[in-house]
Order: sequence, then structure tokens, then C-alpha cells
Amino acid sequence: MPNLTLSQLTKTFGATRALREVSFTVAPGERIALLGHNGAGKSTLMKIVLGLIPYDSGRVEVLGAAPGDRAARRQVAYLPENVAFHPALTGLEQIRTYLRLRGEPVRAAMGLLERVGLAEAAKRRIGTYSKGMRQRVGLAQALIGHPRLLVLDEPTSGLDPVSRRDFYATLDGLAAEGASILLSSHALTEVEARTDRIVILSRGAMVANAALAELRRQAALPILMQVRTTEAAADQVAASLGGARFNGATVMLSCAPDQKLARLGQVTALGDMVEDVEVIPPSLEDLYTHFSKQVQP
Amino acid sequence: MNAILAITVAEFRIALRNRWVAISIAMMAVFSLVLAGAGSAPTGTLGADRLSVTVASLTSLAVYLVPLVALLMSFDAIAGEVERGTLPLMLTYPLGRFEILLGKFIAHLIILSLAVAIGYGLAAGAAIWADPRASAGFPAMFRLFWTSLLLGAAFVAIGYAISAFARRPGAAAGLAIALWLVMIVLYDLGLLAAVVADDGGRFTTDVFPWLLVGNPADAFRLYNLAASDATAAAAGIGAAAHTIPPAHALASILLWPLAGLGLAVLAFRKVTP
Repeated sequence: MPNLTLSQLTKTFGATRALREVSFTVAPGERIALLGHNGAGKSTLMKIVLGLIPYDSGRVEVLGAAPGDRAARRQVAYLPENVAFHPALTGLEQIRTYLRLRGEPVRAAMGLLERVGLAEAAKRRIGTYSKGMRQRVGLAQALIGHPRLLVLDEPTSGLDPVSRRDFYATLDGLAAEGASILLSSHALTEVEARTDRIVILSRGAMVANAALAELRRQAALPILMQVRTTEAAADQVAASLGGARFNGATVMLSCAPDQKLARLGQVTALGDMVEDVEVIPPSLEDLYTHFSKQVQP
Repeated sequence: MNAILAITVAEFRIALRNRWVAISIAMMAVFSLVLAGAGSAPTGTLGADRLSVTVASLTSLAVYLVPLVALLMSFDAIAGEVERGTLPLMLTYPLGRFEILLGKFIAHLIILSLAVAIGYGLAAGAAIWADPRASAGFPAMFRLFWTSLLLGAAFVAIGYAISAFARRPGAAAGLAIALWLVMIVLYDLGLLAAVVADDGGRFTTDVFPWLLVGNPADAFRLYNLAASDATAAAAGIGAAAHTIPPAHALASILLWPLAGLGLAVLAFRKVTP
């Protein structure tokens, strides 16, 4: 049974349709990236899953309960976008409070702060923290207990590259234990390697829901080939392959995914004239742009 | 229960750091001491013990000060969470909105009882030091203490309702001060004007006592006055105190904290994070 089920979820704010019949599920152990422009409905979807705001129609089931149900809240962790805490409390006091709210022993607080690299600042007031440090307090509270569903809104914003890597390693551990993870991010490259499936929202509608390889296949975006030639042969190579010449000795080609091997064959057939060839598959940015512009307002 | 306590501990710590604990205690202490000093004049003429006279003065003081301190502590309770952006995360934890309010309520009541106990304690100490017969006033002092807490509880709860209703700390502060002015200062003036205009008619006999007992501050004053002749002599509405049964006044100050909390929960439920 999936940990999270959305079925025909629809939500409107006045005349704006924030979510239009969005349906997908998240299985135990699955890591889902939720992508979309600002205002695409990511945060709205998350808030509905958490039971913070009501929805108009459709069905939402969180760990077998209604969203916001106490049974659901016990097993769901949340990290809001731009997470905030009272500036007068220290990181340690804040985490202890959250532990008590979840009925967990407060002695776990220091361990959690160590896990997010805040042990040294634990006894300083949160008012003195940087944005990245506050974000890490937010991560620490999301790790309390053994959440079965983590809803993380832009979890890595404000984190340095090393902290990001540690953070995703932590998520991998949680997912391996069976937790479901739903995270939104603007950093597409980090999502690419660290999630099992990508859901793209555009103007409130779901335009993609698949693993990255499957999205590449569906989109069938052209593959770029960068062929480096000898100085003298550049024009001849460009002419015979039908590509465009760039920067002296480089020829750019593009082809459909299913013609990739045939095209490579043509390149290698040119023998000594070619020094090197680089194959560039469509990036997640390209895929994202491709899927995002499918929806009309 | 543990969750409510967690909110209480955090809230008390925040109040301690924000100096609210110190400010409340200092306000109550300074005003109580000033009254204890000023209260020496009428002792001889009334023949009452010094502590009873102090209680009479403190009753008049508490009517103004306790609601003010209570509102100042509570107006930020929900609006502040909304403004700081701490509310959405809090609401995803497995505790109800009523429990959040209750946790804050307990913390604010503890601070209030500290302030009131220290303030009144100082005044009582001064009275006992000056007059050996003052121990006769202990029951009145004790009554004043717990009724002050109930009065404070009512206004803390009303402050939460205002805070949830306003949703912005600035607006909540304005509303809280306006409410204090209306309920504590203008209410009595309005009633007085109405009684004078009515000149002993139906309003004075039938409506006025209910309006008086319906305001928690007036009920608090009535209940403390009714129980002590010395205080009745020292205050202006002594006559009214005898037409209204003390049980009605007591019921009013017992019910107001509950009604206030009810209002606060209703207003808080309407806040969408």
C-alpha cells in the first residue's frame, strides 16, 4: 500500500486553479522530486498533504488516514520553505521542544544536531543563526522519530555543497528504511541523481510523473553531439555530417534518440578527420522546460 | 499532556528571555509598594487592620494592572507565530490547536501568578511590618490573590482570541489596548452615566446589576468588596456591591477564563497557515 495517495486532487483559490486533478502515489522507500515554476502548486500540494489547508475535490490518503489526521501527523515530518523558529530559543531548546511534541526522549536532541552539523552552535540562540543554520535546525526536526513520510519544501536551499551531499545521504538512509520522501527543489541537477521519480507540475496540472530515463524517452528530445575535428577537415566534416561548425574545429550535430548509434557510426566512419566526439543527452532542465510548456492556462 | 507541557516550557523560556517575566514582576511590585506606602493614611479613621486596608487599595490597583499585564503577554501569542512563520510547522506536529493554546495559557498564568504573588507579597510584608494586627487581613489577601489570577486568566484568554482574530501583532496590540480601555475604563464610566440618566428607573434596578457582573473586572471588584466591609468603605461602588450576590460575581470571574478560551479556540481554528 502506498504511503501517500493523491487522486484527482483539485484546489482553487478564488479564480485561480492551484491544482487540477493531480493524481500520483508514493510507495514506501520511494524518493519523489516535485518540480515546477514558482506558483505551479508545489507548496499548495504539500500543505494539503499535511492537512494545513483544505482541498476542493479528489481524494488524499496519508498513511491510511486523512491528511492532518493525528494518526497521520504522528508519522509525517515536514520541512517548510524558509523554515522559521523563535529567535529567543537556542537550537538545542528548540529541538528538545519538538522531541517532546512527538513524545520522543529529549536526550536525542544533541545527536540530531550533530547529525546536521550544528553541535557547536547548539547552545546559541537561533536569532544569531545564519539562514543555512536555521535550515539545518529544520532538517534536524524533520528527522525526529521514524517518520514514514517526509515532506520537504526546498530542503537544500541555503546549504553549502557538502551539507547538501550529507543531507541526501541521510535521505537515502531513511528511504532504505522504508520512508517515503516527497521533496521540491529548484536545484535540478541534485534532484537528478538523488530521486527515484520526478513529478512535474505546471500551472497546477501534473505534466510528468516518471523516472528520469522514462521522461527522456517520452520527451524524445534531440541528442547533441559535439565532434572535434582537425583544423583542416572542419568544413569537410560539417558538410558530410550535415552539422554546423563552431569555434574553428568543432562541429555540432543533433539527432533523435533512436538515431544516436547510426549517427555515431557516420562520425567514426570519417576516421582520422575526427579527433573526439562528445554525446550530450538532454538535461533535466531541457526536459523540465519541455514538459512545463505543455499546459495552456 | 507531555506536548502541552513542551509548549509551556518553551513559552515560559521565551518570556524569560524577552524580559516579560521581569517586566510583569517589576510592574506589580512597584505599584503594590507604592500603594502599601500610600495606604497608611486611612488606617486610624477606619479602625481596620493595616493589611485589610492594603487589600482594598490593591483591589483597585489589580482591576487596572492585572488585565493590562495579561493582555500585554497574550496579544502576540498567535499573531506572532503567524508573523514569524513558525505556525505551519507547529501545526504539522501531532497536537491540537487547543493544546497549543493551553500550553501557552499555563505558561502565561505561571508568569502572572509570580508577578501577583511577589507584588502582593511585598505589600503584605510592608503592612505586617507596620501593624502587628495585620494578620487579620490574611483571608482577604488570599482571596484577592486567587481572584486576581482568575481575572488575569480571563484577559490572557481574551488576548489569545484577539491575537488569532487580528493575525498581525501590530493590529493585535492595538485591539488589546482598545479592549482594555473599553472594558476597564470606559465601561464603568458608561454605566455610571447611564445610571445617572436613568435616575433610579428600571435600568438601574434590573439591567445595571447584570451589566456590572457581566464584566469580569467589575465582577472581580464586586466579589472582593462584598467580602470585606473595610474595602467597601474604601471604594466607590460599595452600594452596588451589596445589591449583587457575591455568588454571581464569583460565577462571572470563574466563567470568563473558560469563555475566553472558547473564543480563542474558535478564532484560532479560523487561522489558515
